[in-house]
Amino acid sequence: MQKSISISNGSPESLGIEHKRIFRNNKRWSENIIKMLLTLAGIVSIFTTIGIVYELGKESLLFFNLPGVTLRDFLTGTTWQPTIGKFGVLPLVTSTMITSLVAMFVAIPLGLGAAIFLSEYAADKTRKVLKPLLEILAGIPTVVYGYFALTFMTPILRGIFGQDNVEIYNMLSAGLVMGIMILPLISSMSEDALHAVPRSLRDAALGLGATKFETSIQIVFPAALSGIISAIILGISRAVGETMIVAIAAGSGPNFTFNPFKAAETMTGYIARISGGDLGYDTPDYNSIFAIGLLLFIVTLVLNMVSRAISRKYREVYE
Amino acid sequence: MTNQTSKQWAIETQDLDIFYGDFRAVKNVTLKIEPKKITSIIGPSGCGKSTVLRSFNRMNDFIPGAHVKGEVLFQGQNIYDPRIDPVQVRQRIGMVFQKPNPFPKSIYENIAWGAKINGYKESLNDLVEECLVKSALWDEVKDQLQKPALSLSGGQQQRLCIARALAVKPEIILMDEPCSALDPIATLKIEDLMRELSNQYTIIIVTHNMQQAGRASDFTAYFTMDTDRAGSMIEYGVTSQVFTNPTNKSTEDYISGRFG
Amino acid sequence: MKNPVNLFSSISYSKDLHLENRQKKASIWKALFRLSTLVGVIVLAILILSIVNQAFGLVAFEDINDRNEFISTSIIDVPKTELIQLIENNLNKNRVRTLDTEKPLLDRSKSDLIRIVESEVFKQRIVDSYPLFQSIFTPNEFKSTVAEKYPDAIMEFKSWFTPQFLTESMSKTPELAGVRTALLGSLLLIVITIVVAFPLGVSSAIYLEEYSRQNTWLSRVIQTNIDNLAGVPSIIYGILGLTIFVRAFEPLTSGRFFGYEGANGRTILAAGLTMALLILPILITNAQEAIRAVPNSLRQASYGLGATQWQTIWHHVLPYALPGILTGTILAISRALGETAPLIIVGAATYISKDPSGLFSNFTALPIQIYNWTTRPQQEFRNIAAVAILVLMIMLLSMNAVAILWRNKIQNKR
Ligand SMILES: Nc1ncnc2c1ncn2[C@@H]1O[C@H](COP(=O)(O)OP(=O)(O)OP(=O)(O)O)[C@@H](O)[C@H]1O
Ligand SMILES: [Mg+2]
Repeated sequence: MQKSISISNGSPESLGIEHKRIFRNNKRWSENIIKMLLTLAGIVSIFTTIGIVYELGKESLLFFNLPGVTLRDFLTGTTWQPTIGKFGVLPLVTSTMITSLVAMFVAIPLGLGAAIFLSEYAADKTRKVLKPLLEILAGIPTVVYGYFALTFMTPILRGIFGQDNVEIYNMLSAGLVMGIMILPLISSMSEDALHAVPRSLRDAALGLGATKFETSIQIVFPAALSGIISAIILGISRAVGETMIVAIAAGSGPNFTFNPFKAAETMTGYIARISGGDLGYDTPDYNSIFAIGLLLFIVTLVLNMVSRAISRKYREVYE
Repeated sequence: MTNQTSKQWAIETQDLDIFYGDFRAVKNVTLKIEPKKITSIIGPSGCGKSTVLRSFNRMNDFIPGAHVKGEVLFQGQNIYDPRIDPVQVRQRIGMVFQKPNPFPKSIYENIAWGAKINGYKESLNDLVEECLVKSALWDEVKDQLQKPALSLSGGQQQRLCIARALAVKPEIILMDEPCSALDPIATLKIEDLMRELSNQYTIIIVTHNMQQAGRASDFTAYFTMDTDRAGSMIEYGVTSQVFTNPTNKSTEDYISGRFG
Repeated sequence: MKNPVNLFSSISYSKDLHLENRQKKASIWKALFRLSTLVGVIVLAILILSIVNQAFGLVAFEDINDRNEFISTSIIDVPKTELIQLIENNLNKNRVRTLDTEKPLLDRSKSDLIRIVESEVFKQRIVDSYPLFQSIFTPNEFKSTVAEKYPDAIMEFKSWFTPQFLTESMSKTPELAGVRTALLGSLLLIVITIVVAFPLGVSSAIYLEEYSRQNTWLSRVIQTNIDNLAGVPSIIYGILGLTIFVRAFEPLTSGRFFGYEGANGRTILAAGLTMALLILPILITNAQEAIRAVPNSLRQASYGLGATQWQTIWHHVLPYALPGILTGTILAISRALGETAPLIIVGAATYISKDPSGLFSNFTALPIQIYNWTTRPQQEFRNIAAVAILVLMIMLLSMNAVAILWRNKIQNKR
């Protein structure tokens, strides 16, 4: 504004051109700088990914270059004992799978039940009370869940199944509590998916003389299925990557067992324990956490991408 | 079942009021629907036509706060009797909606589903064919029954929705502006179909299309809104009568297009 | 009219007979659905109660040094001057000086002095403790065990949640330990996280929402990348922080580059940067949503007056979106406050009693303390872990409450 006033004092012929030139150049210059800065900020996140992939890859290569370590042994070996040079990741993988499986046994039925109740049955008032409560559950730090597993869930399990059967650290307790942690994720994402199913479909089913239950399960639920599956997959990815609950309650020390009453360290638990100690930077143990980290990264990345691809599909149907 | 009146009406209401929460959307509706005939409900937007129609098979039950005062008699029975399961009502009184709303399933499944949940024991294949024939869709889809219903055209989808309603074997079919989302040719097809179906079913249709009401219905009910925004029925009779010689000035204005 | 099932005369098929069963099934399932929702709520209640349960309860004390050797009456009757004498005569010089600089002994209240004498002169120690609900319902059980095992012990109901817990630093004795160092660590950590993540996150969101409407390949790559990063487990961010900030950038993060005497890269700065990367995707997504909610008419009005894109964003879009952005930021920060795994990996110290003094100091944080105490076998550490959890949860809840109230207030104003 200032500029145009000062210019208007100049000669009428030059006014148009002058005005345009100064005005535009100035604006463009600063606008472009700003745009560049914003773009750079956006690119930071790309560097994060590059950093993760590069560092995990580089350090994993160091690990696999150690004498006696091969990719094949790593992926198929059933003993993880760095001190004697045995690096078979399977014990860590199976315990990750068992804790995640237990978690999903809790989180899927409860999460879907809650989603259906909140989306199909609950009155507005009820939902307004229950939803925030479930959200609180989602906001509790995982270290608190770990504490809960160790000091509450484990004693109860040992009381039910016997002190001799259930170890102090065990996969079942960690898995159950992890299921509670994941429940709100599954219920809220599934509820969104159910909510996106148009009212008219429910009307159609009810108008044919279906009960509310039949409508919910046979019409609304299948129509929301891709959103629900995507929620479940995201839940699995959460379970696989969860650290604190398993680090506190599932036990420290790899153990190749399928018995959920036993202690067994998961991939994340191992990484946390090794890096929490004061290890030198060039020991095999230290290098091994990167190989496990890489495996964890790949698994969770694939799960997340699949989950998003599926959920994009359901958005396409209704938008 | 005994019926008090000498004539068995398809639906009979007496001083029916319908509320959304505290808001009275419709008041004082006293209406007797002739069985196996087509009755159309017309009136300006917002006067409560859909509200009345949905009250006939208790679809309003799903709207929080919606409730009725008065009775809706079906074969002499008040469908709002607390002992009656509304699901039972909807099995007897089917509904076709304004926008075609097929399930995201195959054509076959769309029709078979309602019968299945209602415990239909005979051949589903026959039932599907019968309903598709009745709804004049059979020839167009008989080779592609497993195709997703959503791949049909809008008019076909709406006829599928009618076929789907027929499969539950209702006595009455309620239609809320069934042609408003369709082109004129598809509309005519549905009207022919209604005529066809009225041999076997009682049909009640809400429409904004005066020609449609005039052409396709035997009886016409005209609703309008009062100053308190509550809708009420101010004219009801044989269609030709209502259209050519309405007793009410407002009806005449509406029908001749000077209103609404 | 009597039997509701047969109300209607014509029966086309057996639907009425099925209906009763169907409705029964429907109501059973409805009950199950409601139950699953309630399970979540019930577990939440149990979780909170189980923590409260550990934070209070009966304890048994015993003096390591016989108090009769120091005083002849009950400690309550000992005058203040004598208490100070006891402290000065029996504690080592350094400790006395520390206490005196924290708050001059003469200015301290009597109860404060009693506390110091009991814990540091008599070395009164908790030998056994009992959770809240058992203390209320079956106290005698505890009394008899204690009477048997520690005949000299004094029993008392103790709230582990004390003012000292917030102001004391770490200690090897549970009842003397506090979370001051951890609390300060957490706060400083969060400040670093916000300072780094907020500008980056909001800028990225502006770029994605306002500048890349054209959907360029770059913006698509950035968007996909952010979506992917949001699902990366936090422990992986820990590994990233360890390799980049702790090791590769060691000269910077240890402070040596700036002339500090940093020992290694395991500093609060490295942790804060790691945490910033961790919450960046969440922050960006939340900010994007807030910006997307700005009505387009506002932008058009601004452009219509000849404003440039940046003027439009700065004067109209951002002010409108700010409440949403800030709420989203608070939610992201509360995530950072509770994160534990990445801190373990970048090397938070588990035992440290020195308050963080700057960007390059070693540190601990509240969740690390909780983790550390939880993994100790002694019951008393579980008690103080519970109290630390309460502190953390109160912080989180109040942050979230502020965010929600704030959002509602702004929304109501519009
Ligand atoms: N779910 C609802 N909750 C509250 N009020 C409603 C609801 N549905 C309709 N109404 C109100 O009831 C009145 C009648 O609505 P209704 O949909 O029955 O009108 P209509 O005659 O079908 O109109 P149209 O011709 O536009 O379909 C209107 O004032 C409307 O605002
Ligand atoms: Mg209507």
